[in-house]
Amino acid sequence: MLKDFFVKKKKYASIPSEQARQDVPEGIMSKCPNCKKIMYTKELMKNDKICMNCDYHYQMTAYERIDSLLDEGSFIELDKEMVSENPLDFPDYLGKLKKDQDKTGINEAVVTGEGTIEGNRIVLAIMDSSFRMGSMGSVVGEKITRAVEKAMELKVPFLIFTASGGARMQEGVLSLMQMAKTSSALKLFSDQGGLIVSVMTHPTTGGVSASFASLGDFNFAEPGALIGFAGRRIIEQTIREELPEDFQTAEFLLKHGQLDAVIHRQDLKDTLANIVDIHMNGGAVNW
Amino acid sequence: MVGELEFEKPVVELKKKITELKEFTSDSNMDLTDEISKLETRLQKLENEIYSHLKPWDRVQIARHPERPTTLDYIERIFTNFFECHGDRYYGDDAAIVGGIAKYHGLPVTVIGHQRGKDTKENIRRNFGMPHPEGYRKALRLMKQAEKFGRPIICFIDTKGAYPGKAAEERGQSEAIAKNIFEMAGLTVPVICIVIGEGGSGGALALGVGNQIHMLENSTYSVISPEGAAALLWKDAGLAKKAAESMKITAPDLKELGVVDEIIPEVRGGAHKDVAEQAASIDTVLLQSLKELRKLNKDELVQQRYQKYKKIGQFTIAEEEFIGVQ
Repeated sequence: MLKDFFVKKKKYASIPSEQARQDVPEGIMSKCPNCKKIMYTKELMKNDKICMNCDYHYQMTAYERIDSLLDEGSFIELDKEMVSENPLDFPDYLGKLKKDQDKTGINEAVVTGEGTIEGNRIVLAIMDSSFRMGSMGSVVGEKITRAVEKAMELKVPFLIFTASGGARMQEGVLSLMQMAKTSSALKLFSDQGGLIVSVMTHPTTGGVSASFASLGDFNFAEPGALIGFAGRRIIEQTIREELPEDFQTAEFLLKHGQLDAVIHRQDLKDTLANIVDIHMNGGAVNW
Repeated sequence: MVGELEFEKPVVELKKKITELKEFTSDSNMDLTDEISKLETRLQKLENEIYSHLKPWDRVQIARHPERPTTLDYIERIFTNFFECHGDRYYGDDAAIVGGIAKYHGLPVTVIGHQRGKDTKENIRRNFGMPHPEGYRKALRLMKQAEKFGRPIICFIDTKGAYPGKAAEERGQSEAIAKNIFEMAGLTVPVICIVIGEGGSGGALALGVGNQIHMLENSTYSVISPEGAAALLWKDAGLAKKAAESMKITAPDLKELGVVDEIIPEVRGGAHKDVAEQAASIDTVLLQSLKELRKLNKDELVQQRYQKYKKIGQFTIAEEEFIGVQ
């Protein structure tokens, strides 16, 4: 029959390999999770991990961030050796940590240290969401607190890059208390005139968004970053209505007055350097 | 008996039996005094057994008991001259948090707390004690007012958590909680926090940065509800009981973890069994606590509070720089 001529060849769905599902595969080519365009990984990396087609900001690791921001060779890491214990004796917690240590090459979900940005000395903390979703347990809280104390001691600005799913369940209430610990340190630092700049990157949620991420003298976010306290699904279930598409994005927060600015990654270094500079030179002190 | 809980059923049944026997004795000529006294001894033993070996999930049930005394119940019994203040001055008045000025044994203080309802109507008005940003901002306004006038601050914590709603996010739920924690850290007056029911997550912590934190024996304090933890960790909210056990959320757990200073003993079977007596035992601990803190000056109060939180957490320093596989 004529109809038989038009029978389509059967198509099979292709399941992406484990590697293809990663944000930026090790391979030569990368596929943008947003616009699905395929591009050279090398070019993507050169472009600060921003999609050349749709401007999607890929998540950065802590060390990639340091490389992209600080003056070359200026970074001195703090508390690199600090690692988690298992305070609640949570089944397989230490095993999960080990797995992520092997995967990411870092000991915990935040990297802290000091360095210079356009010649000005700063202390900074950078969360890394590839390690246990950037969740905050005792080590994350302690490292950030010590970094703030370091900034206090050196009398230099404190910059924080957040990327976190929130509190770390496996450390229970101790995780919750890290919100109090870090925020208290920031309060003492702030009262001494210390400058705090927070840059929220994708994703910044839960206990992290409800503590140090929101406590900057300047609160910034990267375009498209998910930022919020409660999870979207929980809110939808609670209020029984669908939420707008842009709900809890950086742009949504800007519209609702929660941010100073949404800053494109390629403008980030200049913006931060400028803000630090305004607080260092001249200003009220030496003018 | 109203609102009995699952684990107390054996006690309730035995009590019923004793009452029945007593009635029977008075109605007939048979003398069952011996039987009754035997049963009463057994009841006492049973009560001791059950109430002194409460499991975490039992405590969760007590903490959530619909008749469990609320912030206003305690304010009425522990303080005098209470005057409630309303509104955050920016957006509205959140009935899920109450606060105002009062006298405590003659001393002017500021009292703030989460407020649940006792029935459906009141619970709807008070949003089941789950605050919106304006609630935290009202609390902060009252704390700053207390600081201005040198009044100690007492916070009662009793919430399932911050309200997961659209409006709450739009009005800056994260910022409101963060700002409260931040500002509480710097208050130059004594701050005493008492967990009286459920201490749920950021919503609790927004009233929870104190010089001393106390917990009622059967209250809980947790980063997430047992149901939420079970859903997140094991994708099954039905495993809440298991989560309650592994999350370490009871007062003795928190004391051991170094978060809580004093456990305030509860009336046997839970605070709802005798509110007046419960208020009296809170008063005893509060008085002692405040006497100690009143000896500290402004700087010492801030430092003591910072050091308290600085100590919370467990970690270790590895011998090598990196402990994973390179």
